[in-house]
Amino acid sequence: MLTATLVVALRNPIHSALSLLVMFFHVAGLYVTLHAEFLAAIQIIVYAGAILVLYLFVVMLLNIKREEQFNKQGVVAMFLGFVLLAETVLLGISRGFLIASPHAPLPVQAGASVGNTESIGELLYSTYLFPFEIASLILLVAMVGAVILTKKGIMEPKS
Amino acid sequence: MSIPLADLVTILPECLVVLAACVLFVLDPVMPASKKDFLAWMCVGTLVVCFFITAAGMGEKTFAFSNLVVVDSYASFWKLLLYVVSGMTILLSIGYLKEERIDLAEFYGFIMLSLTGMMIMVSGSDLLVIYLGIELMSISLYIMCGFKRFEAKSIEASAKYFILGAFSSGLLLYGISLIFGAAGSTQLVEIAAAVNARGLDDPLVLIAMMLIIVGFAFKVAAVPFHMWTPDVYQGAPTTVTAFMAVASKAASFAAFLRVLLEGFGGVKPNWSGLILGMCILTLILGNIVAIVQTNIKRMLAYSSIAHAGYALIGVVVAGWMGTGAGVASAGVSSIMLYLAIYSFMTMGAFAMVAILRRGGLEGEELDDFTGLAKRHKGAAFLMMLFMISLAGIPPTAGFIGKFYLFMAAVNAGLTWLAVVGLVFAAVSAFYYLRVVMVMYMREPSSEQELETRLALSPTAMVVLAFAVAGVVFLGVYPGPLVSIATSSALPLP
Repeated sequence: MLTATLVVALRNPIHSALSLLVMFFHVAGLYVTLHAEFLAAIQIIVYAGAILVLYLFVVMLLNIKREEQFNKQGVVAMFLGFVLLAETVLLGISRGFLIASPHAPLPVQAGASVGNTESIGELLYSTYLFPFEIASLILLVAMVGAVILTKKGIMEPKS
Repeated sequence: MSIPLADLVTILPECLVVLAACVLFVLDPVMPASKKDFLAWMCVGTLVVCFFITAAGMGEKTFAFSNLVVVDSYASFWKLLLYVVSGMTILLSIGYLKEERIDLAEFYGFIMLSLTGMMIMVSGSDLLVIYLGIELMSISLYIMCGFKRFEAKSIEASAKYFILGAFSSGLLLYGISLIFGAAGSTQLVEIAAAVNARGLDDPLVLIAMMLIIVGFAFKVAAVPFHMWTPDVYQGAPTTVTAFMAVASKAASFAAFLRVLLEGFGGVKPNWSGLILGMCILTLILGNIVAIVQTNIKRMLAYSSIAHAGYALIGVVVAGWMGTGAGVASAGVSSIMLYLAIYSFMTMGAFAMVAILRRGGLEGEELDDFTGLAKRHKGAAFLMMLFMISLAGIPPTAGFIGKFYLFMAAVNAGLTWLAVVGLVFAAVSAFYYLRVVMVMYMREPSSEQELETRLALSPTAMVVLAFAVAGVVFLGVYPGPLVSIATSSALPLP
């Protein structure tokens, strides 16, 4: 919560990005406490590792100097934030905090003997092999497409 | 990890298509430029082989890959149609790409991978697989739209299609994740069970159903989710436009129907009401706005929106309250019939746009067709044939397609909807016949006579021959196609 506030509050975009990184690590910690080790690892690899680096690249390349861009939205943001907060509190009170689902919660199969990561891998290569392979085709298309659309000198404009 | 051999045999056509694409990507850089046509012919050859494999397996119903994939007659019907359309696109592209100087063999690879996505869509029995199929199809199409990358319009089409397509995929995925929350599975069978048990009183199911319908409506370009269509169709290279207008629409309809009937079969009256609204809006907007277009590609884009509206009549019939299983399945088979016929005539019309050239550019403005009959009698006659077929005038195939759709609507007690369809078919005749009028009644200016020419390659002639054969043969003797469509309609619960 603190770091999430810092992301918005800090003036220097680089500092914001770094506090975002800390927040990602905390979210990963939350996943670990929920026994979702795989998700925690993915959270760190994908968000902290890849996405944040992209952010930093963009921030550094664009070299944002002007920091007063969004300062006029403060009132609107506070109003919306207040409404959302009130809604959350109301819902929490009326439903007794834990929203009682009208249906029995779905059974959660905790991979007791094998770890979370192993069971996901197991499923990915057995039951869900087919979607997994389609995803690889999608990546192939994206890769070749990126080359085709950006490489110089493979197509000449009409004279 | 072991892949069961039987599963691989079931999806043999998909494997072959992917293999052809991969071989193409590998061979392309090492082949001399003069031999590149070979790669296109290899793709066409693969499609012919796949056509016979799928046709031989018609009538069986096989599940594969832990019930994520189903190959039944319904899927086979759509696959056969998709092979034909893809083959025609490739043949048409061989000449067109050279003419446009975007002659890259990768183009055919993208068509093959896009086709793979469509085949996965039509035979997915699991929302996850259907979604991935849609993505594979769409991403290939985004790239193909931007193939004329030195032209601003083409890049605009690609970017617009990408952003709106990604947005609609997001909606669809959101719907899928909500229904996964309600059913605990993405399999259509289990979703059907959950929907039957809970009904639409459960907001989770209701919102999921609406989001999934919206996601698919984007893909089939139904009003009010059609905004991307005109710009994308106009900017993309013409053969890609033809491929999008025909193949991606057919595959999206196929998956849409399967999800609605097999997944949400328990709440038919609810979704058919929603789709009825969309259907009428689509018919009105598509046909009315097409009237004011002066660019043929744009006009055909609106006409393809309108045709989606006609096909939606079949969807409404399939889910309408109180219709018996016979009538509902007639609704499904009339969509299959309609889209098969629509494929031939639209493919033909776009092929004409692709081969008619003015100077170095495409003849895509209505003016370019002025007095075509005086200069190229054959071309003008073919264009007229496609136009009257699109308008649905007998004895062409377009009439047969509309006839079966309206019949299905009347049998379901929706006579008024058939009348609405008929009125807008009459409206559409205005803008289709205007093209014919311009070709036959107006004198070409002398400047046009010098500039306009036909870039008719032998392969484009094969495509035109196919399209004409489809339009005329199916118009005069639709029996075989009707019986195939009827026998392979989705079995209704």
